[in-house]
Amino acid sequence: MSGVPATVGSVSDDAVLVQADGLVKRFGDFEAVRGVDVKVRRGEAFGFLGPNGAGKSSTMRMIACTSPRTAGELRVLGLDPDRHGPRIRGRLGVVPQQDNLDNELTVRQNLQVYGRYFGLSRHQVRARATELLEFAQLSDRADDQVEPLSGGMKRRLTIARSLVNEPELLLLDEPTTGLDPQARHLLWDKLFRLKQQGVTLIVTTHYMDEAEQLCDRLVVMDGGRIVAEGSPAALIAEHSSREVLELRFPIDQQHHHVPLVEDLAERVEVLPDRLLLYATNGEAVLAAATRRGMRPTSSLVRRATLEDVFLRLTGRTLVD
Amino acid sequence: MRPVLLVLEHFWTWYRRNWRATVVSTVLLPLMFLGAMGFGLGSRITPGPATDGLPYVVYLAPAMLVAAAVQVATAESSFPVLGSLKWDRRYYAITSTPVTVDQLLMAQALWVALRVLISGLAYIAVAALFGAFTNAGVLLAVPVSVLAGMAFGSWILALAASVNDEGVTFGNVFRFVLVPMTLFAGTYYPISQLPAWSRPLAWITPLWHGNELARAVEFGGMGALAAVGHVVYLVVLTAGGLLVARQRFHARLKV
Amino acid sequence: MTVLRIVPMGSYAGRARAVIERSALVNRRNWLLVVSGVFEPLFYLFALGIGFGGIVGTLTGPDGSPISYAAYVAPGLLAASAMNGAIHDSTFNIFLKLKYAKVYDAMLATPLGPTDVALGETSWSLIRGGIYAAGFLAVMAALGLISSPWALLALPAALLVAFGFAAVGMGAATLMRSWQDFDLILLVQMPMFLFSTTFFPITVYPEPIRIAVECFPLYHGIELMRALTSGAVTWGILGHVAYFAIMVAAGGWFAARRLGTLLLT
Repeated sequence: MSGVPATVGSVSDDAVLVQADGLVKRFGDFEAVRGVDVKVRRGEAFGFLGPNGAGKSSTMRMIACTSPRTAGELRVLGLDPDRHGPRIRGRLGVVPQQDNLDNELTVRQNLQVYGRYFGLSRHQVRARATELLEFAQLSDRADDQVEPLSGGMKRRLTIARSLVNEPELLLLDEPTTGLDPQARHLLWDKLFRLKQQGVTLIVTTHYMDEAEQLCDRLVVMDGGRIVAEGSPAALIAEHSSREVLELRFPIDQQHHHVPLVEDLAERVEVLPDRLLLYATNGEAVLAAATRRGMRPTSSLVRRATLEDVFLRLTGRTLVD
Repeated sequence: MRPVLLVLEHFWTWYRRNWRATVVSTVLLPLMFLGAMGFGLGSRITPGPATDGLPYVVYLAPAMLVAAAVQVATAESSFPVLGSLKWDRRYYAITSTPVTVDQLLMAQALWVALRVLISGLAYIAVAALFGAFTNAGVLLAVPVSVLAGMAFGSWILALAASVNDEGVTFGNVFRFVLVPMTLFAGTYYPISQLPAWSRPLAWITPLWHGNELARAVEFGGMGALAAVGHVVYLVVLTAGGLLVARQRFHARLKV
Repeated sequence: MTVLRIVPMGSYAGRARAVIERSALVNRRNWLLVVSGVFEPLFYLFALGIGFGGIVGTLTGPDGSPISYAAYVAPGLLAASAMNGAIHDSTFNIFLKLKYAKVYDAMLATPLGPTDVALGETSWSLIRGGIYAAGFLAVMAALGLISSPWALLALPAALLVAFGFAAVGMGAATLMRSWQDFDLILLVQMPMFLFSTTFFPITVYPEPIRIAVECFPLYHGIELMRALTSGAVTWGILGHVAYFAIMVAAGGWFAARRLGTLLLT
């Protein structure tokens, strides 16, 4: 056994489960993560938000102790991933971006075999698999092969599998990407239940509704760095107006109208088919614009969302 | 015919970039077998009735061409076809264009034949340098080998369009059909060396008919009727395989 | 921790057994393919032993006495099939799972490390190879091709040969970039299979080629098998054993190092 006292790993309730300082990951010349600082406390649901290639997954893999860091400090469950990888992984649950279920095994065997990797006894994995099949609503598919399952079922199985060792910290990399709306809502419901049970969640996503649904606190990443941090509400308050007025025009007509409304909003954004006016009171801006003779084909006032924050912080240019 | 050529062009585009990777298994491997068995073991074999009175390497060389042809045809008709249906679903992309299923199958079968032809010619060229052949009649063995390859390969095409596993079925077919056929169907020695009861098994295989024909075109000594019989058997097998494959391709691709 | 640091930190959790259990569970479904592995060397044995029996005549056995072609080729095939199985499992299977099935990615998110995975997979491969070798030896015995109780040691010897090739093969698999590289493995494996005295005695070669063949690992595996199944055992066979012990140690050391960098990036 290693000489580390048992108490180092066991942390008290309000403890910090993940602490990163100046975390860096380089692949050859490419710097995927460029100095990230985060702190995740027990019981929190914490989100990494960002476009593809922002460095979210690389950060997650370092936290999951499957990718050694290039530089910086990292403590997971109070331990150093470089020295205690197997011990830390024994207490984590990991849901990777792409399901890596074992296609050569049945649904139930996937859970049982995975449990054995954590050193659970045969008896334990049998009981645990039955519980988790129930949780994932897959009991009636228990003895089927994995391959014919729908995307949503596979995702639920991957999540169930990640829970086999009753992890203290669950890492979810884009948990609902590619799923239909029903499957997404079902998954969110499952994750919400886990959160209620006190499991700490770390989620990466590029879906804003997902981040608003799941996360107490999040960071927005772009180009390997953190560009904003806070609760969803705080981020909206800080980086966007309260409301957004969307004005639609016939294609390529919207430019002509910018001078007319420029002074009415905090910020005006020109999209190919419409104008976005960021303002505290959208209706008031719409009324003022109409008074000035503007006749859009349609108009919409909505509350600002994380998506507005996201696009503002990370830009509209396609990154990958 | 034009759509068939267009699909062939697609296969050719891939091949032009990747042909080097195919050289080892399709050309070098049969040459290595010829070297080891023909020259190595052959040095221990005195020419006699079992080798038609020929040095063993000369006796083996034309049959090795046919055995390699069957191997190449099998390889090209199995995983690449399964992959095009299941993994990258390339066939679905092709048949969503004006190309029909029949044209696709025709192109795929022609491509297999073409690959067998290319590796057969390469084998002949190198083996000739080592003096493994006695006369130019062996050039006629090349079309024979293509025919024998297709007589087996067409059935593998049909199989590939019928299975939906990750290659377990192929593994079993290679192990229980292809390997025994290569070993027992008269490639390395005449089947008269084997117990009488096992010979009818060899008669069923396309490889045996191919071996007999390939040796006959180089060494002579076969009656016209027997030759026609061998050819007809191989043609019928090929046609039968293609018909089954056609039915299987339609079942898989028209959904 | 006082254990010798021959593997990278955190790469071994001592749970290779769970990986073996997975293989056993998976193969229970594909049992036909597993069992059928017994047949391939037997097909070769029957085809060559019977077919060439009447053509090749007798050869000289390890102890200098004349033996039938079947008795000559059988131990060669035993060693060669141990090699072929081990190389297939340690290169093709490993590469397939690494690149496509992502089975190892899932394993490494658990306490298991690369060394657990490597040990578990190799052990399974050896279990299977052991079954094949035992089947082959039983058939040899039934055909009267075994002439000494030393042949009992041919089973552990086959495992050693397989372990040696598996260790080196896995090391090679960690260097492979794409399917194209398999041709390089084939390019080493097939000449070794065909030219390491499996099918004909080393006396057919001129002196320089003979020395080259004597450097091949499979040559030493075959010599070991011939000695054990014929009973012509000398102290010299310890040299063959040492050859494979070195392959196991060097290949295993290299594979464990490389697997860490390959899987944990």
